[in-house]
Amino acid sequence: MTQILTAFGWFAAIAAVLGIILAAASKIFFVKTDERIEKIKECLPGANCGGCGYAGCEALACAIAKGEAPVNACNSCSDEDIKNISKIMGISEDIKTVRMRAQVMCSGTKDLAKKKYIYEGVSDCVAANRLSGGDKVCPNGCIGLGTCVAACKFDAIRIINGVAAIDYEKCRSCGACVSACPKKLIRLVPENIPYWVGCMSADKGAITRSYCDAGCIGCKLCEKNCESGAIKVTNNVAEIDYTKCVGCGKCESVCPRKIIWSAYKKASVETAEPANPESIKSPAETDVK
Amino acid sequence: MSISAILSLIVTAILAENYIFSKFLGCCPFLGLSENPSNALGMGCAVTFVMTLSSLITSLINKYILIAFDLEYLQTIAFILVIAALVQLIEMFLKKSVPALYSALGIYLPLITTNCAILGAALLCVQSGYDPLTSTIYGFASGLGFTLAIVVFAGVREKVAFADIPKSFAGFPIALVTAGLLAMAFAGFSGISV
Repeated sequence: MTQILTAFGWFAAIAAVLGIILAAASKIFFVKTDERIEKIKECLPGANCGGCGYAGCEALACAIAKGEAPVNACNSCSDEDIKNISKIMGISEDIKTVRMRAQVMCSGTKDLAKKKYIYEGVSDCVAANRLSGGDKVCPNGCIGLGTCVAACKFDAIRIINGVAAIDYEKCRSCGACVSACPKKLIRLVPENIPYWVGCMSADKGAITRSYCDAGCIGCKLCEKNCESGAIKVTNNVAEIDYTKCVGCGKCESVCPRKIIWSAYKKASVETAEPANPESIKSPAETDVK
Repeated sequence: MSISAILSLIVTAILAENYIFSKFLGCCPFLGLSENPSNALGMGCAVTFVMTLSSLITSLINKYILIAFDLEYLQTIAFILVIAALVQLIEMFLKKSVPALYSALGIYLPLITTNCAILGAALLCVQSGYDPLTSTIYGFASGLGFTLAIVVFAGVREKVAFADIPKSFAGFPIALVTAGLLAMAFAGFSGISV
């Protein structure tokens, strides 16, 4: 019994001494921290995707609290989160944010785009790209091995028929896929754009036609038919000025290659779950696994 | 203790019986914080500081409390208590004085608490029967050995990061291979008798 008591007594004494030292130290080394940082951090998604350019959500919270970053610096925040952050920061006026989403600028699914060889290496677009720019003949075609899928922290990308497709609902526009894609085929576009051109081939029409049935041939039909002057064909590929596009849909109907997509139509097709996934699964998809 | 004995103790603790490369203690921060030499140096200094102080305090506690009152069977608990308090202290100090290092060390700083190298140093001192002064010297030298190992390793890793490594080896696997090669290099010191 005495032994237990001695042990108890001495340990209590050691702990008390250490406790006092620590208590004193916490007074001496007291650092005033901004309590807003914690609150802001709670509003941020916490995925640490790095899309804002800071090391993580905590770093962004610090930057916002210091006023170095705007309250809407995080693309992944919902409008409500941004409102909450502005409330914490004491900013009352409504902050308009242009929400963005990622878009894969390629329509060359594996039955439409020709391949120059059969790739059997590592299932990674960067690796495939090193082998003379991937297996597609098109130098600007989606390789479809899913490097962007792996980069996406929000599970918003799937490979459908050999081409990456973004789930617009899940995309938080962090830009991880944009930097992951070795072909630079993924862009961040305003979330609610009505139309987009699904090709980035800069080759002349005849050449593009020779290797892909879904390539922009630069025929300028869309440019001529666009009433608001939003489409320009530059470098043999049509490009839509999203600030001018009114969403009339003329370009979609005149495009002979059917590569001007109505964002929402395509989204509903791509995100729809196939009835029997096993039977529809393409070889390209199986490769990714 | 003669000067030559102390010198031999120091050299042995730094090179021949390096905590990481020969005793394989403290591998967690060694692998986790060796991506660039300056952070590694910071971690090494923190570990050296905690190791030196904890060796001194634990050997004092051991000598004047645990042995004196027949409480040696509680060594581990007593030592952990001291180490935890020391780490807490150094954490507060760094947060105030070197915030950059504090954020760079991140989670590894509190993890020094459970770093086996530090508890190992304290326990080894007791087992070898060192007096408090020798323990302190031993703890400091062991900390220097840890710092040397982590800084050398970080330097190598920094170079390796730019090398063209097969994808399956990139990152952690090549780090482990590097650590193994370094351990083999340090094994050469074990033949030295000082």
